[in-house]
Amino acid sequence: MWLPLHQFGVIMPQQVPRLLLVFALALLALFVVRRVLVPDTFGDIGHYRAAAVKEIAARPIKYAGRAVCETCHGPIAEKRLAGNHRGVGCETCHGPAAAHVASPIDVKPTIPNTREFCVTCHAYNPSRPTGFPQIDASAHNFPMPCKDCHDPHAPVPPVTPGECSACHAQIWRQKALSHHSQLPCTTCHQVQEGHKTTPRAVRPTKPRSRELCGTCHASGAAGGPPQIDLATHGTPYMCWDCHYPHFPETR
Amino acid sequence: MEGYIYPNEFELHWSLLIVLYPYLTGLVAGAFILASLERVFNVKEVQPTYRLALLTALAFLLVAPLPLLAHLGHPERSYEIFLTPNSRSAMAMFGFVYAWYLAVVLLLEVWFDYRKDIVGWAQAAKGPKRWLYYALTLGATDVSPKALHFDDSAGRWITVLGIPSAFLLHGYVGFIFGSVKANPWWSSVLMPVVFLLSAIVSGIALVLVLYMVTTMARGKSIDMPCLDKLAQFLFYAIVVDMSLEVLDFIHRLYESEESIAILSRLIEGRLFMSLVVLQVMLGTLVPFIVLGLTTHSFRPRPLIQVPDELRRLLYIVSAILVQIGIFSMRFNVVIGGQLFSKSLRGLTVYKVEFLGIEGLATTVVLLLMPLVILWLLVKLLPPWQDAEATAPGQS
Amino acid sequence: MPTDAGASGRRDLPVLRDVVDRREFVEKVAAACAAGLPLMLGIVAVPGAGAQTQDGKPYNATEHYYGMGVDTSKCIGCGRCVNACKTENDVPREPGKFNTWVERYVIRMDGEVEVDSPDGGIAGFPPPPTTETNTRKSFFVPKLCNHCASPPCVQVCPVGATFITQDGVVLVDQEYCIGCRYCIQACPYGARWFDAEKEVAAKCTFCYHRIAKGLVPACVEACPTGARIFGEVEGRATPLARFIRFNDIQVLKPNLNTRPKVYYASLDGEVR
Repeated sequence: MWLPLHQFGVIMPQQVPRLLLVFALALLALFVVRRVLVPDTFGDIGHYRAAAVKEIAARPIKYAGRAVCETCHGPIAEKRLAGNHRGVGCETCHGPAAAHVASPIDVKPTIPNTREFCVTCHAYNPSRPTGFPQIDASAHNFPMPCKDCHDPHAPVPPVTPGECSACHAQIWRQKALSHHSQLPCTTCHQVQEGHKTTPRAVRPTKPRSRELCGTCHASGAAGGPPQIDLATHGTPYMCWDCHYPHFPETR
Repeated sequence: MEGYIYPNEFELHWSLLIVLYPYLTGLVAGAFILASLERVFNVKEVQPTYRLALLTALAFLLVAPLPLLAHLGHPERSYEIFLTPNSRSAMAMFGFVYAWYLAVVLLLEVWFDYRKDIVGWAQAAKGPKRWLYYALTLGATDVSPKALHFDDSAGRWITVLGIPSAFLLHGYVGFIFGSVKANPWWSSVLMPVVFLLSAIVSGIALVLVLYMVTTMARGKSIDMPCLDKLAQFLFYAIVVDMSLEVLDFIHRLYESEESIAILSRLIEGRLFMSLVVLQVMLGTLVPFIVLGLTTHSFRPRPLIQVPDELRRLLYIVSAILVQIGIFSMRFNVVIGGQLFSKSLRGLTVYKVEFLGIEGLATTVVLLLMPLVILWLLVKLLPPWQDAEATAPGQS
Repeated sequence: MPTDAGASGRRDLPVLRDVVDRREFVEKVAAACAAGLPLMLGIVAVPGAGAQTQDGKPYNATEHYYGMGVDTSKCIGCGRCVNACKTENDVPREPGKFNTWVERYVIRMDGEVEVDSPDGGIAGFPPPPTTETNTRKSFFVPKLCNHCASPPCVQVCPVGATFITQDGVVLVDQEYCIGCRYCIQACPYGARWFDAEKEVAAKCTFCYHRIAKGLVPACVEACPTGARIFGEVEGRATPLARFIRFNDIQVLKPNLNTRPKVYYASLDGEVR
């Protein structure tokens, strides 16, 4: 045995010190490697490399943000903020403009002049929320560019919409395929003109009494709309609590 | 693709390589548990397979990290698992469990068991082999009875330590999947247990096959009591594993959580071949019935007396079917868990590449590599009792 | 100021139409640049110069804790947000790589739900698979990383390459990530993806490089209807505070206890 431990009364088999040496060397190597290879900022804030946060925060910016556009394009921004596109940022249509802010003369943002662009938002799609202005892209003044009639920075229909379908297209289309297709919207809803220009400020009315539906459905006429006894059918609920007036065939 | 999957679920992220890793570590754990049967539980009959099982475990353990390294986006950064492991991550356990198991359990056990023979081979060999064997002794060449007694008791203690270590080695892999609450196919308390039990099944089956193949290749006669005992333990392991998997299945059906609809579609559709046919019927039921009928598991005599040659054939066929079944089980867990969307609304497909680092060819190579390494180990450290007296390479 | 729309083809220099002559224009621009210089320096970041807010003070992450609001009743499914995010963050324009995306839900009359997200909604949505008369209701749902307060993705990263910052943003250290993809598996919302070029995990960063300078994320900037609201979860008064106060708020998959910080208003029960 090469370890003189027997002097201290410890008798150890030959294998033990050899193995201990091997393991000790391995552990030592691990500690040395750890010192060298673990990045400096690791563990400063949490179990991660703190420098990574700064690296990510220093990435280049492509969209400048609508606040910056106002500093040079004040009048257009004011016009936009007073119009129907007040919630639409400049770069939503004009694309990323940080490069333009950095060198305004040399780099210009795009100007989307085509129909295809406006149609991305305004083409009819039944999944869009009701009241959002939508058009049938293949029919509405095809193939003129939208900007010819609508100022993109303060869009207003050049002619006040005559039909409710301009904004409520999904309801209109569903109703058009139903038994109520011949009924104009004003049969049940009273609409003041202000609703067509300031829709959220001036709202149409909704019916309040069963008698309105009873006009057709409790008239006693045969061969026409389905008849019910207004006094007993479905009391005490209103008709539209159960039936969907825009598409009465369904539940 | 059918139904709806999240856009980012367009590609599967864990491929065949990740199927391979639990399969390989499972074989390691299983082979080691088998070896411990003899060492700790004194099951004398399986003594002929003891050293073979240890070398098998070592060969497969050496290959086990390779599919992981091949899969990583940055394998050159893989040392980070050892240096800055996230104590909350099951995967971070890999560094320590693997290093512990390789160094403290497996290498030490092999060393203690072989040391006397290595010393003998070192003295008898010539040339560079002599230096190799001397290096392997680490300079501890004392073969006095006291030293040998120390070897023996140290080996026994390491095996005792090694059993829970083997449980941990494969159990943590099951926990990697079982702890992912985002995935209802994986998230299960039973996952680590089922992984471990199927590992034991596959390990025993592997040693059974290797024992038969190597014995026949060497032209020796197969020790039938040993083989019968192996088959018996394989049967017991299958019974326990099968019971837990059936329990998991029944439990899922009974609770019928929201994911049951998409998971049913998954099993009936995408996973029908690999799960119902390969894993359950061929990989579990057939071996269960065959081994149940022919082994000595129930009474002193088997349910059906079968002559030795036929019994050997049935054993090896069962063991190979078990391997296919356990590999399918890993496939069904890893790939199956990614074939359905976390929106629970759709299924996707796994397109297996043939070439490429995550492809079928790489998988086959990685499956064969441990056998090659085992062959080298067997050449270097022969596990056969009849070769102990002479040095390897000499007749 | 009259807008002679269409009278002339020259719409490429609209600013010129607002001023009298070129010299006045140059003076105006020079004055604006001088006034906006600190603003511009703060916004157009020089790499490595360190984050600064718009009033020039260094950014202190411990003073903020970010979250986001999504009002699905306002989303029109135009996909501007998806497009802006990919532009701002250099996300590959391929399938399967989205920091944010928009889903469309169509609930039929028989109660069946159809969900789709064509290329994440980046180019809007084609007509739905079901006709008007077969549709009970239909709506869009923007999705993104929820920057959970108990992120399961951070929990499983073996090396500490993904983490949650002091200001509540879950980020990926792409110089440290080993590409094991465990975080992608652990995310219940499908918010993470694998960057095949850099071979690391990637995800929405709440545009950390923008919010550290007092800007809003690109998707919030681009949304034309105000369906996305950015702000802070606690402490400061931000638009998010108002949003949470005045709407009935839900989060995605609350049973998983990831404590998401993206708050949805008008979230239908069918949304997963």
